[in-house]
Amino acid sequence: MLASLLIQTLNGLASASLLFLVALGLSLIFGVTRIVNFAHGSFYMLGAYIAISANAWLGGGALGFWGGAVVAALAVAAIGLAMELTILRRIYRAPELLQLVATFGVVLIVKDAVLAAWGPEDILGPRAPGLTGSLTILGKQLPTYDAFLLVIGPAMLGGVWWLLNRTAWGLRVRAATEDREMAAALGIDQALLFSSVLALGAFLAGLAGALALPREPASLGMDLSIIADVFVVTVVGGLGSIPGAYLAAVLISVVKAWCIGLGTTTIAGVTISFSKLTLVAEFVVMAAVLLARPHGLLGSEPAVQRGAATTFAPLPIPSRSFWAKGASALALLLLLPLIVDRYNLVLLTDIAAFALVAASLAILMGWGGMASFGHAAYFGAGAYGAALASLAGLPFAAALLVGLAVAALLAALIGRLALEASGISLAMLTLAFAQILWAVAFQWDEVTGGSNGLVGIWPPTLLAEKWAYYLLAISFAAAVMAAIWHLAHTPIGYALRATRDHARRAEASGLDIKGIRLAAFVLSGSVAGLAGALLVFSKGSLSPDALAIPRSVDALVMVLLGGVETLAGPVVGAFVFTLLSDWLTRATPYWQAVLGMTIVVLTLVFPRGITGTIGGWLAERRRQ
Amino acid sequence: MNLAFSAVFGLALASAVAGASVLPSRVAAQEPIRIGELNSYKAIPAFLEPYKKGWELAVEEINAAGGINGRKLEVISRDDNASPGDAVRVAEELVSREKVALLTGGFLSHVGLAISSFAKQQKVVFIAAEPLTDKLVWENGNAYTFRLRASTYMQVNMLVEEAVKLGKKRWALVYPNYEYGQSAVASFKQLMQARQPGIEFVAEQASPLGKIEAGAVAQAIADAKPDAIFNVTFGPDLQKFVREGTTRGLFTNVAVFSLLGGEPEYLDPLKDEAPVGWYVTGYPWDQIKTPEHDAFLKAYRAKWNDYPRLGSVVGYAALYTVAEALKKAGSPDTDKLREAMAGLEVGTPFGKVVYRALDHQSTMGAYVGRTGVREGRGVMVDWRYEPGEKHLPPDAEVKARRASAN
Repeated sequence: MLASLLIQTLNGLASASLLFLVALGLSLIFGVTRIVNFAHGSFYMLGAYIAISANAWLGGGALGFWGGAVVAALAVAAIGLAMELTILRRIYRAPELLQLVATFGVVLIVKDAVLAAWGPEDILGPRAPGLTGSLTILGKQLPTYDAFLLVIGPAMLGGVWWLLNRTAWGLRVRAATEDREMAAALGIDQALLFSSVLALGAFLAGLAGALALPREPASLGMDLSIIADVFVVTVVGGLGSIPGAYLAAVLISVVKAWCIGLGTTTIAGVTISFSKLTLVAEFVVMAAVLLARPHGLLGSEPAVQRGAATTFAPLPIPSRSFWAKGASALALLLLLPLIVDRYNLVLLTDIAAFALVAASLAILMGWGGMASFGHAAYFGAGAYGAALASLAGLPFAAALLVGLAVAALLAALIGRLALEASGISLAMLTLAFAQILWAVAFQWDEVTGGSNGLVGIWPPTLLAEKWAYYLLAISFAAAVMAAIWHLAHTPIGYALRATRDHARRAEASGLDIKGIRLAAFVLSGSVAGLAGALLVFSKGSLSPDALAIPRSVDALVMVLLGGVETLAGPVVGAFVFTLLSDWLTRATPYWQAVLGMTIVVLTLVFPRGITGTIGGWLAERRRQ
Repeated sequence: MNLAFSAVFGLALASAVAGASVLPSRVAAQEPIRIGELNSYKAIPAFLEPYKKGWELAVEEINAAGGINGRKLEVISRDDNASPGDAVRVAEELVSREKVALLTGGFLSHVGLAISSFAKQQKVVFIAAEPLTDKLVWENGNAYTFRLRASTYMQVNMLVEEAVKLGKKRWALVYPNYEYGQSAVASFKQLMQARQPGIEFVAEQASPLGKIEAGAVAQAIADAKPDAIFNVTFGPDLQKFVREGTTRGLFTNVAVFSLLGGEPEYLDPLKDEAPVGWYVTGYPWDQIKTPEHDAFLKAYRAKWNDYPRLGSVVGYAALYTVAEALKKAGSPDTDKLREAMAGLEVGTPFGKVVYRALDHQSTMGAYVGRTGVREGRGVMVDWRYEPGEKHLPPDAEVKARRASAN
């Protein structure tokens, strides 16, 4: 038993090394540039594929493996540099998280590029020459390569520590991580620094991809399967803390290995399948760590970002002409069933629901300044609540209410817990809870139908026709949007924006910061829940997919594309993103790449979102 | 500003509506019959690219032979983005805008079930090509949904036949933690316990799909000292498991059964590291010597300059199912198609299969054999074809499981 536990610990440590290598780059990049680099998993995947080609090109053997790894890491560094020079450099001044959307576009482009270059089949890469055997420890076998990995992690930790603490470049990186504006004021060349950090981060991810090959085949799912874990490691360790990232990687990997080692165990008459826990182990660990230490294991209070607080323009008060435009748009939408075909109505029903989700996220992000990476939780909870109520025999209207109530309760709970943290930690906590909820829906066969989900959830016959349901969805969406727009300029809306712009001043003015933020969570969750409930009856079925990370990412992309600073932004974002995806999937087999490119171009042209940037242009013209 | 707004909004709506203006006119007799096909092409390319090549070949052959009663087949193919919500929307587009006669496709079980629920609601026939979940034709089965591929239960049953012959007592189970893996293991346990009393399941490892910690899993299984392993992982998970297990000596003197392990999609990437002597279901494309398979193989290689994977056979047979159903129905009318599908016989590269009227499951089987390595690549040896009808439960049991369906 003890021997097994020891070997499992070593297994965990070996996995931790690779995870750490990827997280290291992400952590450096975030520390210096504040960019949440979604494409970091793509760098890792590219490293693996390029190493396979480089290995063949160098003729295999030791030269092929190790030389190939270096070639791959350098090539990925060049790709990272190119991304910085062509895309990120242009949008450093955009609102926070817009860069996330741009890097999401890069993810899509890389995925299709890899598919085109290396084909769809998984490729089992070379093994490290000389390290293919295994060592016998306590009568159990540990692959030699794992032993090598055990060493590589701490070695890289030491190397990067030396780089940061003993070189002039490292000094600049640390200065910029601590206080970007001050570093710039002291004459540190930011452009050079950012480029070099991006290149180094990409180099490390590429190297990790190449070194993963003896343990993992190159496949098209590598990027997304590692990215969430790497974010978790970075945040659990404490943003910008390199030793923290190593510690977090070890913690998560060892916990997983132990869960696997324990397998199915009976404790006090209760049988627990620990191996099933690996589905969300990293997120459970993250939730636990961040609740106890909001800045992560070794992180410290982030430095105040000077100037960051004033980047939000005041939310314009909806003018009479704004409402008039809204009313005419609604009138037009209500007349649409007379002129367009059924499919357009179905598409617009989707868009109505997504617009509500985006608008609800914008309440948190735009008004509250609180990013939520797990918004699918409320959407999915509303959908499951309504679906289960409907399957239990409740009438349609009651089912919608149940969905809304479930989502509101969940948002109150998540808000209560997540508000212990702030900034990225808060966002990652919402992601952790969303993932835990996803895992519950995924595993709880008796209630949620497990991974297959629930089927046969349709509206009453009165609403069965697509046009009828469309009218209902549009009416709901319009009413809720109007309410949100109205709320923006009531005391609660102002108070929420006060907590965003200057929490301490708001507090001194007598505002109950936590209470206001919690109210924002509940409002936001209710709206997203209603959207989920509305959509599930239009789809007829529901699976944990509704709670999964891609749905949360979609919501983020919609809000940021549309513009987080305006009232109409989320609606425009939902409209543009959904229509784009719908058209492109039909237009070309390489729709992912084209969609990615379009997203990148949109972020470059509209750095403040479509409505924000166009609004800026119009204001500029008026001033002239 | 008002003008600009109206212009932008009007333009946006107009473009959204653009599709409406190109609605096809009344289908004339000589116009092609449209078939709606949807699948998760970007999410599962390893299986679905060959699958697409398979059905494209079938369409070409069917049209070259004169089509269906003089009308050509036209397949309108879409990506469902591996999301049930998107799949339902895409299905709606195919049905209401493209006016397809029926739907086919599907790979992921939850997406397949979502489409099947839509098919029932919209009263359109759905021929599920690949989704393996038993629920698709049993618990959640409906009058409009039919399935080609041998289901999870059927494939498990094929391996159980072999497993009971060995009489191994201590079994370890490893599977991807979602419905496919769970129900495969549940069926395996149930069937084995019924036929081999006293069997013990000494380890059970449920790994997140695509994220197996293969080293730790191999170690945990080895610690349980099993006589035999039943594996349900596939794709990258399987490759990781094979490598780690081999390095750690897990498979020495242990019998391994691996569902789908002999499919070229999952066996070929292993090359010379393919395991030897595993009991698998799969597709030994290079060794099958039946006239129907020879013809298929020759045509496939001629068109694509590549060898077929199992996905190719599934895509090819799915489109031939569509063609036979249309021929038998005499018109693309849904009710006639449903009638035609019940008991429909279709010639496939694996021989003739029948879509059972009882539960809409086809009798397409699978090849069962053992793995080996020949000339540096994984192959199946000692294989034989197991027809699907041999591996379905008694009719009464099927009826009971399908009771809630209609």
